[in-house]
Amino acid sequence: MKKRTGAEILIEALTKEGVDNVFGYPGGAVIPIYDALYDAPRISHITVRHEQAACHAADGYARATGRVGVCIATSGPGATNLVTGLATAYMDSVPVVAFTGQVPTSMIGNDAFQEANITGITYSITKHNYLVKDIDELPRILKEAFYIARTARPGPVLVDLPKDIQNVATDAPYPEEVKIRSYNPHYEGNPKQINLAAQEIDGSERPVIYAGGGIISSGASRELYEFAHHNNIPVTTTLMALGAFPENDPLSLKMLGMHGTRYANYAIMEADLIVAVGARFDDRITGKISAFAPEAKIMHIDIDPTAISKNVKVDIPIVGDAKDILPRLKALTKGKQREDWHRKIAAWKEKYPLKYDKDKGLKPQFVVQKICELTGGKAIICTEVGQNQMWAAQFYCYTHPRSFISSGGLGTMGYGFPAAIGAQIGRPDDIVFDIAGDGSFQMNIQELSTVSRYKIPVKVAILNNGYLGMVRQWQQFFYKGRYSQVDISSIPDFVKVAEAYGVKGIRVEKKEEVEAALKKALSIKGPVVIDFQIDREENVYPMVPADAALHEMIDGLA
Amino acid sequence: MVKHLISVEVENRFGILARIASLFSARGFNIDSLAVGETEDSTISRITMVVPGDDQVIEQVIKQLRKLIDVIKVVDLTGQPTVTRELILVRVNARGKDRDEIMRLAEIFRARIVDVHPESLTLEVTGNEEKIKGLLTLLRPLGVKKLVRTGKVALSREMKS
Repeated sequence: MKKRTGAEILIEALTKEGVDNVFGYPGGAVIPIYDALYDAPRISHITVRHEQAACHAADGYARATGRVGVCIATSGPGATNLVTGLATAYMDSVPVVAFTGQVPTSMIGNDAFQEANITGITYSITKHNYLVKDIDELPRILKEAFYIARTARPGPVLVDLPKDIQNVATDAPYPEEVKIRSYNPHYEGNPKQINLAAQEIDGSERPVIYAGGGIISSGASRELYEFAHHNNIPVTTTLMALGAFPENDPLSLKMLGMHGTRYANYAIMEADLIVAVGARFDDRITGKISAFAPEAKIMHIDIDPTAISKNVKVDIPIVGDAKDILPRLKALTKGKQREDWHRKIAAWKEKYPLKYDKDKGLKPQFVVQKICELTGGKAIICTEVGQNQMWAAQFYCYTHPRSFISSGGLGTMGYGFPAAIGAQIGRPDDIVFDIAGDGSFQMNIQELSTVSRYKIPVKVAILNNGYLGMVRQWQQFFYKGRYSQVDISSIPDFVKVAEAYGVKGIRVEKKEEVEAALKKALSIKGPVVIDFQIDREENVYPMVPADAALHEMIDGLA
Repeated sequence: MVKHLISVEVENRFGILARIASLFSARGFNIDSLAVGETEDSTISRITMVVPGDDQVIEQVIKQLRKLIDVIKVVDLTGQPTVTRELILVRVNARGKDRDEIMRLAEIFRARIVDVHPESLTLEVTGNEEKIKGLLTLLRPLGVKKLVRTGKVALSREMKS
């Protein structure tokens, strides 16, 4: 075997793992890697403007494509700038592999220039991490890193590469297979549990499927669709699972939880069986936990045993892959009609649709609906965090998995724009929108330079209300309207900022201008920023206040 | 709250203890005692820990430990037939008549006197929880100056066929 340096082995690993795009930012401790990349024309590298964006872009790439996203940063501040991105990917179970430079092994622990203990810092926000101390172990570690990131419940893996390790050579081969004695993911559901689950499903009159992001990472949308239709069970999805089940299907209840639909939440409260699949009973889903689904038995299918009975006591747990378990459950169940239940749900849908006051000024919901209409619901929608995220979740009709990309668990403002860059690189033929707020967009606004330089045609739709809108909404409802430090209006002029970066900027002030502006943006081949100056005090409805039960929703419109 | 005795086999690798400590602190789990050492296989370390918690907490502790990539095996030994031992070193005030009393206690508890000073005696004792608790209860009135304990180690008993 020919000797290769650590940096060359890294390039070999990327090639063998099928990585053709990486996102990164050069720095002193990764120069050998960048030198090796110089000779690797098949690996395309996007140089971002802040390492955080590299990690979010790798994450967005992974969510849009289902492949592992890769990012590179230098030691010290480069590595610590990845932290928010890794925590975001960890909370939402996204397969990302991050490579960080590190000071030479002989200097570790000496407080050397640009040294940070990044493995120590990221223990609790990575699925696993490695500090490579021996060049002969590097090939195995790289192989394991990709394997761990994408298998079982996916997640980010960080590999910390001291500079001397990048430079020294070894003839240790890149392994063909992975064998980790302490990591044996469990994919097949227990047949006894599946039989029991099938009986419960057949015995239930008012079941609801509560589908989470696990459906998307498992690639089990089709299996979910067939299982739900076979048994005539309504399906509600979490934010992470938007698109896992088509929202234009009669069985769809759209999203549940704090800003879910009334009919989804009512269905949960009256259900006699909850079939949770690839979800984790987050507090934004359950509301007051003791009042969650009071009449229901809880069935929970998940690849991660720790997700089961963590927040809610589960009656029928099944550990395994939804893609394997759902077809087996379908085969064992009878396919009941459940007409009374569907009549009841249809009445709720009729009575409590998502709505807003269409006639009063420029409404964010209208913008989202127009984006849906003009893209035929086929765009990839990335979001920032806050009101923009909830309106994007509620008023677009998601019909395909991997078409909604958002930081759900960590709720990272500044995620959407770099994630949109990653999504667009991964799926160059699709239309990619970042539905943003004026607050969130400014958290990674420097990436306008990246989209401009590489002509990445992401469309940024800023729902600009000059507020940190979700916090303002909480202050309005729960803090007597005392708007403490949330008014961020008037700065900057987003159109001028976009233009300064060489990106087309469009301002929209009236409802009547929305369609033309979006059509114009879609006709432009490059990136576009549209500054929608929306009704400043529009709220997200309905809303379950913190610590209330799911049916105790408040609404702006009677 | 029940104290659980949990035995964890891990890869004998750099940073594993930090990973476990990080998990416990991130999830808000407590540890009463912790003993770590290499096993008969030098690539594996065994960690024996005593963890207080109700059933739900302990279930999460065990599952979360299993989820760590470098953790090979986790067993809750609580309620199972096990051999458990702990070693303590205890320094007690020992003047006049008390010296005889301490030496008598040492004999009864099969403790060894490992350091002798005109004012104190230091005892080494190994045993299960009851034995150590028993000795300490009797020594405390005499004045315990220093106490150090290894934390429990445990093995499940081998079944006789």
